[in-house]
Amino acid sequence: MTTTMTLAKAITAGLDKVLEGNDKAILMGEDIGKLGGVYRITEGLQAKYGAHRVIDSPLGEAGIVGSAVGMALRGHSPLVEIQFDGFVFPAFSQITTQLAKMHARSEGRLTTPVVIRIPYGGGIGSIEHHSESPEALFVHTAGLRVITPSNANDAYWMIQQAAACPDPVIYFEPKRRYWLKGEVDTETPALDAFKAQVVRSGDDATIVAYGPLVPVALAAAEAALEDGRSIEVIDLRSLSPIDFDTITESVQKTGRLIVTHEAPTFGGLGGEIAARVTERAFLSLEAPVLRVGGFHMPYPISKVESQYLPDIDKLLEALDRSFAY
Amino acid sequence: MTRAVTEEDLVQILTPDGQRLAHDIYDAYLADVDADMLRSFYRDMALTRRFDQEATALQRQGQLCLWVPVRGQEAAQIGSGRATRPSDYIFPTYREHGVALTREVSFSEMLRLFRGISGGGWDPRENNFHMYTMVLAAQLPHAAGYGMALNLEQHGWDEAKRAAEGGAVVAYFGDGSSTEGEAHESMVFANSFDAPVVYFCQNNQWAISVPFEVQSKVPLVQRAAGYGMPGIRVDGNDVLAVLAVTRWALEHARSGKGPVFIEAVTYRLGAHTTADDPTKYRLSEEEKAWAPKDPLIRLETYLRENKLVDDEFFEQLAVDADAMAAKVREDAMAFPVPPLAKSFEQVYAQAHPLIQEELDWHLQYEAGFADAAQGEH
Repeated sequence: MTTTMTLAKAITAGLDKVLEGNDKAILMGEDIGKLGGVYRITEGLQAKYGAHRVIDSPLGEAGIVGSAVGMALRGHSPLVEIQFDGFVFPAFSQITTQLAKMHARSEGRLTTPVVIRIPYGGGIGSIEHHSESPEALFVHTAGLRVITPSNANDAYWMIQQAAACPDPVIYFEPKRRYWLKGEVDTETPALDAFKAQVVRSGDDATIVAYGPLVPVALAAAEAALEDGRSIEVIDLRSLSPIDFDTITESVQKTGRLIVTHEAPTFGGLGGEIAARVTERAFLSLEAPVLRVGGFHMPYPISKVESQYLPDIDKLLEALDRSFAY
Repeated sequence: MTRAVTEEDLVQILTPDGQRLAHDIYDAYLADVDADMLRSFYRDMALTRRFDQEATALQRQGQLCLWVPVRGQEAAQIGSGRATRPSDYIFPTYREHGVALTREVSFSEMLRLFRGISGGGWDPRENNFHMYTMVLAAQLPHAAGYGMALNLEQHGWDEAKRAAEGGAVVAYFGDGSSTEGEAHESMVFANSFDAPVVYFCQNNQWAISVPFEVQSKVPLVQRAAGYGMPGIRVDGNDVLAVLAVTRWALEHARSGKGPVFIEAVTYRLGAHTTADDPTKYRLSEEEKAWAPKDPLIRLETYLRENKLVDDEFFEQLAVDADAMAAKVREDAMAFPVPPLAKSFEQVYAQAHPLIQEELDWHLQYEAGFADAAQGEH
């Protein structure tokens, strides 16, 4: 059965399924109960499942993630909400020194199946700490899995797949796409959350995007048709692990690769993807792998963020450079 | 008990010169303490000290990468550990060797971490004794969450059922980690949700080189009132007082009344770790002043004056402790070193393509050396 939903409501519906199917599942975060979260993602869930399973926590991100680790050690499956991307850092130590490493440290004896939901990315005309893309910091940490949906159907299924995963999962929500509507098939599960998906087939170049930039990449591919260029678009979906097989296969076909993300280019995922593709498909490449990302600066003031964010024109410009090489 | 606590409120049952004091609240929590139990407390403290001595020697001989001495804190650890039930869950720092003994964690297993052959060392599920946590105070939010989970499981239980069957958590930390943000957040969470957690702070006066006065201008226990939980300040070198107050605290927490804060006033007689040098930051006069308050001395005095032990008890205990130390040393030296390949398996619980790719590369790279070695023959 398919239903039209916004990406936000698809996450809500997915969380509802998680709570319904697993009585050890717990939601916790700031303002997630009566208010339903600042983005209303958990709206209605406390009324349905009770304040003991949908917990309004005190303000303290280290406390939220740290106590979720403790709940997981007792056999529960917490899904916690960090209110905004820029507010995750007080929990950074808990995530990187405790949550990520509990399984390894205990020689595989302990699992901590905690899901951390983080709305991320800019383009919403807001302030610095409500617009950041800190995913690379978590991707760099072994023991974590990092995923991000770009559409409602993936949002619905990937949150459930994250909840079912025995490893800790960071689930980045593309907040500027919360209101993007899409068809959700509530019966047929989506592709494995840790695989990439070719969302547009093409022959001349590949664009790898994820989360909020997937619609931008698709629009750029459409615009490139005017120049007679057939562009393949890959929705990465999983940032750790990265499905390099799907990317490599595409590049072997197209010979050109552009990687785009809102996060700063320097030290970002684009560099890792470029390096791996160079190792795996060097002889297939017709041009250097190019990256279209944010500048090396704190997230800029909102009045000029459009000049910071990757957009259709920046992707087309990168394609021009690739084809001109 | 949510009032401010002053220096005068220090709970003491055994004075440093071995005199037994009466206490209107806590005597009731010591009613079952007979001669056998007293001797077993002494034995546990002495075994902990001997283990500590052996591990320190192993480190000095280059056999351990690091050791964290516990000398001076044996009463705080044995007294609190013996107050727990096996079903209670313990979150230690990295110095709770004595608590580990009361939880029947093998001393030998405890050296696996410091021997460099394990990231944790023992199975936390076997004795409900968590792995050591090196990042200061990081275990405290875990304790709050564990307690919150216990509350979920015990939802709807009445006080009597909770007292009889309910679980509780003991979270260990020190005067240094008391100032970490995570200590604060943990206590807020535990209090807001009435989590059954006993916060057991061993104030050993020194956070490596930083004296207690830099952590707090007032007794740490005064912080308890700010969170809305009872606070107890206890002589941490008095095993009976520690046992009694921890029993009281666990009873309170277990029955659903929320967390309790205990400040056990003790002294780190040795170095912070084997990499530390206390002569650079504290006076030997201070160490000399604390030496007569040694937890083993006062219990020995009490046991001897009340004719509960004879010389043979101490002689036999020394023999047993030496045998234990020899066994620990033998075990530590015999631990096999697991191959790095094993570490790849432990990063994730579920299959992971990058891990597999790197493991495959690692194995074929290492195998190349074996081939080369064979080729030389």
